[in-house]
Amino acid sequence: MSGLADIAVSVEITTGNVVPLLHEVRHALQRLLDTGEPTVIDLHSLPLAPGELDTLEEKLGEGEVSATLNALGPSLLRETAVPGVWFVTHRNANEEITGQYLEIVKVPAILEAQDVDIRQGIAALSESLEQANTQDQGETHDGSN
Amino acid sequence: MARIETVGEALARQGVSRRAFLKFCAATTSLMALPPSMIPRVAAALEAARRPSVIWLSFQECTGCTESLTRSDSPTVEGLIFDMISLDYHHTLQAASGEAAELARTQAMEENWGNYLVAVDGSIPLGNPGYSMIAGVSNLDMLQETVEGAAAVVAVGTCASFGGIPHANPNPTGAVGVGEIVTDKPIINVSGCPPIPVAITGVLAQYLTFGQLPEMDELGRPKAFFGQSIHDRCYRRPFYEKGQFAESFDDEGARAGWCLFKLGCMGPITYNACATVKWNSGTSFPIEAGHPCLGCSEPNFWDKGGFYQPLSEVEWGGWAQLGTAAAAGAAIGAASALAARSKQKKAREEEV
Repeated sequence: MSGLADIAVSVEITTGNVVPLLHEVRHALQRLLDTGEPTVIDLHSLPLAPGELDTLEEKLGEGEVSATLNALGPSLLRETAVPGVWFVTHRNANEEITGQYLEIVKVPAILEAQDVDIRQGIAALSESLEQANTQDQGETHDGSN
Repeated sequence: MARIETVGEALARQGVSRRAFLKFCAATTSLMALPPSMIPRVAAALEAARRPSVIWLSFQECTGCTESLTRSDSPTVEGLIFDMISLDYHHTLQAASGEAAELARTQAMEENWGNYLVAVDGSIPLGNPGYSMIAGVSNLDMLQETVEGAAAVVAVGTCASFGGIPHANPNPTGAVGVGEIVTDKPIINVSGCPPIPVAITGVLAQYLTFGQLPEMDELGRPKAFFGQSIHDRCYRRPFYEKGQFAESFDDEGARAGWCLFKLGCMGPITYNACATVKWNSGTSFPIEAGHPCLGCSEPNFWDKGGFYQPLSEVEWGGWAQLGTAAAAGAAIGAASALAARSKQKKAREEEV
């Protein structure tokens, strides 16, 4: 025997949950368009047979936008071929999946720069500019320029 | 007593960005089996939460529960243990030993009196204290002493919850679960042999986030993880509904992934989240691997007859009715789960 793939076991099982899930996505998209309300579906909370997640990804297709977030491990955010529907996969530092979601939203909130981080960025940039300024003044004063 | 920093402060001190914090909150919300719409509330609560002290006691156990915990992947257990809770005592994980280790326990108790959590894995022998001692102290005495100032107790695993395998007939050590001894503190049972790691961390995360234990079922288990039977959430359920069963482990039905009820699957009477949360980073669970559920999160699971006999043939709780219906392929559905639970309860009462 050369490997597990040679064992004749059929895994063509379906729970029948993929199509209802797609209906849920359609309703959520309409709600997003009408009211702006986003929806997040936790894919780990649903019983899905082996392979059904792949089927779901296949049905939704590949869209125009893909983003990688590096925070406590890598996260991949991919828009599907259905605009406004995002496949979001979070991984930890060991690259193990910590969450898989379908986000029905114009842009996933986690991609937006956060106010707290922006404030820290301003502080860091100001400090850097101040240092550069001090250095310039020092060099001018020395007449080294 | 030193001021205990909040989770938000601890993360900021470590340079964790807001985005990373939101990602952590998404994982934690999922961990608690809460809907994603709760993520903002979880973020607000976590930011202000203070790190609780946790004292972990290991009694008659195999360390499988700690193994399960240290395999927990969301959030990483290292993060949870070292950053989110203050794990002040744990035989297996702590570096200290002997008197220094016991001192860590008593100090944590004194400093956090009335507020600390006690996690217990393993059963407690009542037959003879000498069956299991730590630093010359019997499990019973250590448990009673430690829970005195605790806010709540988390019984981790089926042994701590219901006695588990040490409690199995003929129960030579007189093993019992925590609930048989501690009667004046809130107890939450995270059963399973071992428990699903995220169920353990989910309970800790819930306490950390909201300062209280989650909603429980009648066996004291968190409903978020034990609210539905394996059968209710099983991806093979459609085959059960159609009456398509594997009759042996190598027949056509087994190869086609049909229902394992006739091979002894305890899914209809077992309440746990294996079918959705799964194991090993969501890779699979026993039924997906082709093996019936053993019912390890239920009381007395070791004494329910043969593991490979269908429920209809197991001499426990009178299962003929369910078995006949299932064999006929009847769509018992939720009714079977209700019947299972009520019969299970009755059987337990009769046993007592």
